[in-house]
Amino acid sequence: MSGRSRKYKIIFSPQKFYACEMVLEEEGVFGDVTCDEWSFYLLPLDEDIISMELPEFFRDYFLEGDHRWINPVARALQLLNSLYGPFGKTYGIGRCAKMSYELWRDLEEESESEGQGRKPEIGHVFLMDRDTDYVTALCSQVVYEGLVDDTFRIKCGSVDFGPDVTSSDKSIKVLLNSQDKVFSQIRNEHFSSVFGFLSQKSRNLQAQYDRRRGMDIKQMKDFVSQELKGLKQEHRLLSLHIGACESIMKKKTKQDFQETIKAEHALLEGFDIRESTSFIEEHIDRQVSPIESLRLMCLLSITENGLVPKDYRSLKTQYLQSYGPEHLLTFHNLKRIGLLTEQSAGETLTAVESKVSKLVTDRAAGKITDAFNSLARKSNFRAISKKLGLIPRLDGEYDLKMPRDMAYVFGGAYVPLSCKIIEQVLERRGWQGLEEVVRLLNGNEFCVSDSTVEDNPACESQRVVLAVFLGGCTFSEIAALRFLGKERGTRGLGRVGSRRERGVPALQPG
Amino acid sequence: MSRVRADEEEYWHSSKFRAFTFDDEDDELSQLKESKRAVNSLRDIVDDDDDDLERVSWSGEPVGSISWSIKETASGSTSSLDGRDSSLQKGSSSYAALPKQASSYSLSSLFKGRNKLPSFQSLSDALTDTGVKSYAPELRRPKAEYKDYSSDWSPKDTVRRMQRGKVCSLERFRSLQDKLVLLDEAVAGHDGNVITAVLIFLKRTLRREILFRELEVRQVALCHLIHFLREMGEQKFLLDLLRFLDRTEEVALSQYREHLNIQDVEKRREFLKGCIGLPFSAEDTSHIQDHYTLLERQIIIEANDRHLETAGQSELFRKYPRKASILNMPLVTTLFYSCFYHYTEAEGMFSSPTNLKKTFKIPDKQYVLTALAARAKLRAWGDVDALLTTKNWLGYTKKKAPIGFHRVVEILQRNNAPVQVLQEYVRLVEDVETRLNLATKYKCHDVVIETYRDLKDRIQLTAYKCKVERGSAEEEKIHSILSNVQIRWKN
Repeated sequence: MSGRSRKYKIIFSPQKFYACEMVLEEEGVFGDVTCDEWSFYLLPLDEDIISMELPEFFRDYFLEGDHRWINPVARALQLLNSLYGPFGKTYGIGRCAKMSYELWRDLEEESESEGQGRKPEIGHVFLMDRDTDYVTALCSQVVYEGLVDDTFRIKCGSVDFGPDVTSSDKSIKVLLNSQDKVFSQIRNEHFSSVFGFLSQKSRNLQAQYDRRRGMDIKQMKDFVSQELKGLKQEHRLLSLHIGACESIMKKKTKQDFQETIKAEHALLEGFDIRESTSFIEEHIDRQVSPIESLRLMCLLSITENGLVPKDYRSLKTQYLQSYGPEHLLTFHNLKRIGLLTEQSAGETLTAVESKVSKLVTDRAAGKITDAFNSLARKSNFRAISKKLGLIPRLDGEYDLKMPRDMAYVFGGAYVPLSCKIIEQVLERRGWQGLEEVVRLLNGNEFCVSDSTVEDNPACESQRVVLAVFLGGCTFSEIAALRFLGKERGTRGLGRVGSRRERGVPALQPG
Repeated sequence: MSRVRADEEEYWHSSKFRAFTFDDEDDELSQLKESKRAVNSLRDIVDDDDDDLERVSWSGEPVGSISWSIKETASGSTSSLDGRDSSLQKGSSSYAALPKQASSYSLSSLFKGRNKLPSFQSLSDALTDTGVKSYAPELRRPKAEYKDYSSDWSPKDTVRRMQRGKVCSLERFRSLQDKLVLLDEAVAGHDGNVITAVLIFLKRTLRREILFRELEVRQVALCHLIHFLREMGEQKFLLDLLRFLDRTEEVALSQYREHLNIQDVEKRREFLKGCIGLPFSAEDTSHIQDHYTLLERQIIIEANDRHLETAGQSELFRKYPRKASILNMPLVTTLFYSCFYHYTEAEGMFSSPTNLKKTFKIPDKQYVLTALAARAKLRAWGDVDALLTTKNWLGYTKKKAPIGFHRVVEILQRNNAPVQVLQEYVRLVEDVETRLNLATKYKCHDVVIETYRDLKDRIQLTAYKCKVERGSAEEEKIHSILSNVQIRWKN
């Protein structure tokens, strides 16, 4: 021993688990350290986004079935409650949502509620389990913020841009929120509009700079002291975002983005399934990207209610061959969580189909399988999609610059299910009329009104909605909800998401 | 007992006072409790020497004797416990002090020494049952002395307190019934942290078979235990649990998962060999088998190639030094490597591509795709050609690609194939539009010209003239086609 006495302190955040104490005790160091808890639950990432920053949430709850994070969620609700007063109405769907709500109510009842005298500022709270809508989380993102996230990874509201973006030999870390004037204007836009916008802005900027040519000394002085800084700032931001766009485009072209989107849309709409399956198979063969290949397979599985056993076996084998045999464990995890399953024997038309397919060529057999499958199977996603009108009817070109509905976040092909549910429930102020949809989503819906809060539609708080995604949400969903907010005149849609995490990476082996 | 109140943090968080909840009501009372407990704990240490020390209760009965215990249970059952659950009525389960009983006098001396509690319990239980209560005079000790202040809570309340972060001693839940009620309350409370804490306690105090049996019908709790065991790395316990539940496939997978922790390649290979016999499903067994075989081959290839590389004799290895080892790489990557460095080897060699193809039953499509990529990287256009040419039984050669020629073109272009080579394959792209796109993009003029001619599209062909070099052979070609009167132009 060095002769120095040391004090050790462990700070657990957001919560200390009993299991941790057990480990300390078992290792014989319990008495040597002091433990403390820093109950940090909510991180505001932007003026309308709050995150709980719990990347483990998805895996722990949905894969392992561990309820350890329900308490933090309940406490976060408690915190919001005490800060912003009682919630007008609380809606929810999903087992986790229900449990979080119940635990929160329990905690509220026991404690002397501090929010009691406070004026209610949040009119509606919506709790939703991630597994209510896996489809949206699996679709490729095409709004700017989503693409930035997919390409560079946005962590805690900031992103690292490398030399290829900054056009210098340095990388920089940039805070991406509404403070960034350029970003705030393009973040929710479909990518196709972004380039046009940025080039327009560049031209304007150039024009502003050029003004200084005709200036006299006094004007120049004013210009330098007042405007130049702002222009320089804007110039810097513009060049960053243009650089980011270029990087995104380069990467996406390399990965056949266009074709991927086409395959996804086909899966969402429910046609050309065999072609999409072949596309996925080739994607795997070419070793394009392990995550992307899995994502596509899961999308196929969810929209089609499981893969045809033959496809499941063959794609699995090819995946293991292309990306590594240890992914046997990945497949097992995905099966457990329901993201990548195979149809059980009874669900596929076997006898007739195999007889017929023996008589025809491969291509035709594929088409027959398609037809048979859509007859025999009932796919929840398809049924839900139909009921809620998630695939917009296309009459003419879909205007991405002036979109008419939330489908623009996916190029007009698909309205995110999660957002649609929120929209409908808010409109109806409950679940009336949505019974069939709820049944298809496996129930667990609830709707509770706080009697102490007056239900006055004119009330300011009525326009504030808090959407809580348990398990994370995507930037596409955020963009869609912002759009919804603008449409309905609701102010600042807040989101408490256990950090946005694309489910698939969380399920890697080990 | 004196305590230094000044350093409160230290005080409350040091292990001695762990189980004490300080924010409850009466401080004076709690001080008393604390003192009592400290003294009692001292007693436990001293009590090891059974023969010398005998504890005697107020009534003169030696503590731990049968008569003493009768009294305790009598007072325990008659005193009202303020709404505590009736499980406390079950007698000796509520007193933590009992296990250390021993006395040299009275009947209890028969039970002296390291007797297990059960026999003692059953005896006292039996005695209580036969209405022995009447033998014991009432005791007038203050209730507070019996009860451990902080452990007065019912299972529901205990769970509640734990949800709010308070440390609660679960030791008093000794009967199986109590434990299960506690567990069920924890599950109903939805807080996974508490559920796991209760499970830790149950794991410590129950024989595993009993624990397993009870968890079998409690799915939520079961998930928590499994997750806990995984996180703690208690592999053996986990496997026993899974075996008990008859989840044989998971047993196999859990064991297989361990291979990821083995860094040494030889050891990993051995381990994988052992995994083959595990109760996987039929398909998975073949995957495991393949995993083992692949690693086995990779070890051989790696050793060989490392040797070749260092010997410096092979030109190929000198020109294209290896960037990484082939160990633990996926099969397709291994195939690529093999097509790159060992393309011409005979099938008998482990490192030859054909051997890999045969051993792992790699489909043609995958094989051609990978071999193509490898040969293209080496700019071996002849090999590329050979891969895509098949001879039919009449001896005619035909170009065929199981992957679509547009992919072939893409791969070649990525490796900067010369235009003449590219052109040949662009020509074979089936879809006309794609063909045109690619041809225009990569300046395969002949293909463009031919395609427009086939489409009989005069306008486009004329327009294309400006794309070719003045005075070149291509320009000539366009001219001659345009002036061909036999062609029936579309426009």
